[in-house]
Amino acid sequence: MFPNKYFEPDEKGYYGKFGGAYIPEMLYKNVEELRVEYLKIIENVAFQNEYQNLLKDYAGRATPLFFAKRLSQKYSVNIYLKREDLCHTGAHKINNTIGQILLAIKLGKKRIIAETGAGQHGVATATVCALKGLDCIVFMGEKDIKRQAPNVARMRMLGAKVIPASSGSKTLKDATNEAIRYWINNSVDTHYIIGSVVGPHPYPDIVTRFQSVISLEIKWQLKEKIKTELPDYVIACVGGGSNAAGAFYHFLDVNSVQLIAVEAAGLGVDTDFSAATTQLGTIGILHGSKSLLMQTKDGQVIEPHSISAGLDYPGIGPLHAHLFETGRAKYLSATDDEAIAAAFELAKLEGIIPALESAHALHALKLLKFKPSDNVIICLSGRGDKDLSTYMKKMEE
Amino acid sequence: MSRLKNLFQKKLAEKKSVLNIYFTAGFPKFESTLEVMHALQDNGSDIIEVGIPYSDPLADGPVIQASSAIALKNGMTIKNLFEQLKDFRKQINLPVILMGYLNPVLQYGFEKFCSDAAEVGVDGLIIPDLPEYEFESEYQSIIKKFGLDFIFLITPETSEERILKLDSLSDGFLYAVSSTSTTGSENKTSNIGLYLKRLRNFNLKNPLLVGFGIKDKSTYELACDFADGAIIGSAYIQALNSNCDTNVSTKLFLKGIRD
Repeated sequence: MFPNKYFEPDEKGYYGKFGGAYIPEMLYKNVEELRVEYLKIIENVAFQNEYQNLLKDYAGRATPLFFAKRLSQKYSVNIYLKREDLCHTGAHKINNTIGQILLAIKLGKKRIIAETGAGQHGVATATVCALKGLDCIVFMGEKDIKRQAPNVARMRMLGAKVIPASSGSKTLKDATNEAIRYWINNSVDTHYIIGSVVGPHPYPDIVTRFQSVISLEIKWQLKEKIKTELPDYVIACVGGGSNAAGAFYHFLDVNSVQLIAVEAAGLGVDTDFSAATTQLGTIGILHGSKSLLMQTKDGQVIEPHSISAGLDYPGIGPLHAHLFETGRAKYLSATDDEAIAAAFELAKLEGIIPALESAHALHALKLLKFKPSDNVIICLSGRGDKDLSTYMKKMEE
Repeated sequence: MSRLKNLFQKKLAEKKSVLNIYFTAGFPKFESTLEVMHALQDNGSDIIEVGIPYSDPLADGPVIQASSAIALKNGMTIKNLFEQLKDFRKQINLPVILMGYLNPVLQYGFEKFCSDAAEVGVDGLIIPDLPEYEFESEYQSIIKKFGLDFIFLITPETSEERILKLDSLSDGFLYAVSSTSTTGSENKTSNIGLYLKRLRNFNLKNPLLVGFGIKDKSTYELACDFADGAIIGSAYIQALNSNCDTNVSTKLFLKGIRD
């Protein structure tokens, strides 16, 4: 089921030289418990049955693979959109939270904490906590609370407590810091549902496995449509990198499939307002793993910028750092303006309003040279409702 | 013999507790570092723990986070710190340890960091997010090469087997976190006795200092009832925050702890 011999982490959580578990002793017991138990738990047949049933009946999977005809005509290539935006709660994040809440229950935890940037992971976590009757606390940067108000309201309606992170840049990085600190202070009964393929081992692997359903479906759906399960390109946006990890997963060992990740360039990679980690980052440690990181020469973490709260993160998951370094995946970037333009284009050509995060992936269509016969998958990771205020501002300009 | 070993031998013989005071380098002002170290030596601290500020100090509560942010704004870096510490051994004879997160140390260069630390006269290191697996496979030999002590943390949740392992890897002392928490938190020090008594039965090779949540005379004495001494950080940083002269606020603070 998980065939990637070159891209699996080793026992200590390393993808090549990236990964590991750089955590203070106060978290050791929890993280070690996860490390020892996670494979046993998630590979268990009963666990998989419950997980698959919830993905189907609750999250609404399989999500469609949609042939985007007018977009394809415009770019003279065959474009298929993997419609993660049609998942319950509006993004791929729920694939992971369903898996992790079941994992938390198996570990006997009573309370769930999560960090969130755009609020999609926070909503997906609050949702599964309501479903399973567990307490839920979501940490969210003050700046993100302001720019993603509808998602804050959704989390509260679902019964979660939203705690503002007011340190640093007041965005995703700081929300993650606060969640980790809370976990240190409440380690015994609390499970931390990390929303991306970041954090100490085994989190990157846990989240990757729960998101890998995306590429699993792409394979059979493509086969149904065009008699081959292998596309020429898979394109996804990357902040921490969970939807990209899931969309790439089952193609990692198939070199004919080109994997394209799109980072947020913010105002531009040559400005001080960017979140394009592979272009601007160097090897470092953040949130418990060694990966690429935007930092000063003194090793202080740089506050990133992206119009998209979900990509506004100075690091990248260790799997992505490894894919970048080995050249297995290619990392491009889209600026704030380019992402917005791509969002409007999709809305007009296909009647789909994408999340700002996913709009970054769409911009790759302008950056790549395709053959007309190429089959291109774009992971449309989330829907754009939460970003309407940003889009409205643009329309007023 | 290392300064830390010496200190503990002497204090144990005198049946006295060891007080380790933490402060953040470059706080409250960039040039405060040496002034604070002098004040700590003059007013009865036994060990000086110099914190290297970091933008994302995961194990720290709000007080040390804030002091780190101010120190960074003041321009404190590892390079500047070693510059400030260049001649401190001419005047300070207490054991001095550096506490910092791994990322800034890695960017500085781990070996260069150890080499510079040893050269200026630092005795030991605490790097809370350097796990023992990485320590053993990559960093231990470098630390040893420069004759530095490395101090691991243990918590009430750490298993006996692991405590013994971390004790065997540590030199100088073992840092017993009083409860599983971040620094400066209001913790449940009532259970601390049980936890520390249990540690006593393990015949550890290192002396034991208790930290996190030690903030005044009563918590200090409670810790010292069961351990060889204690570490105070957040409460001292708060004392430094007052507008008093560094020496005066340090004197008042340490008097409050020890008298």
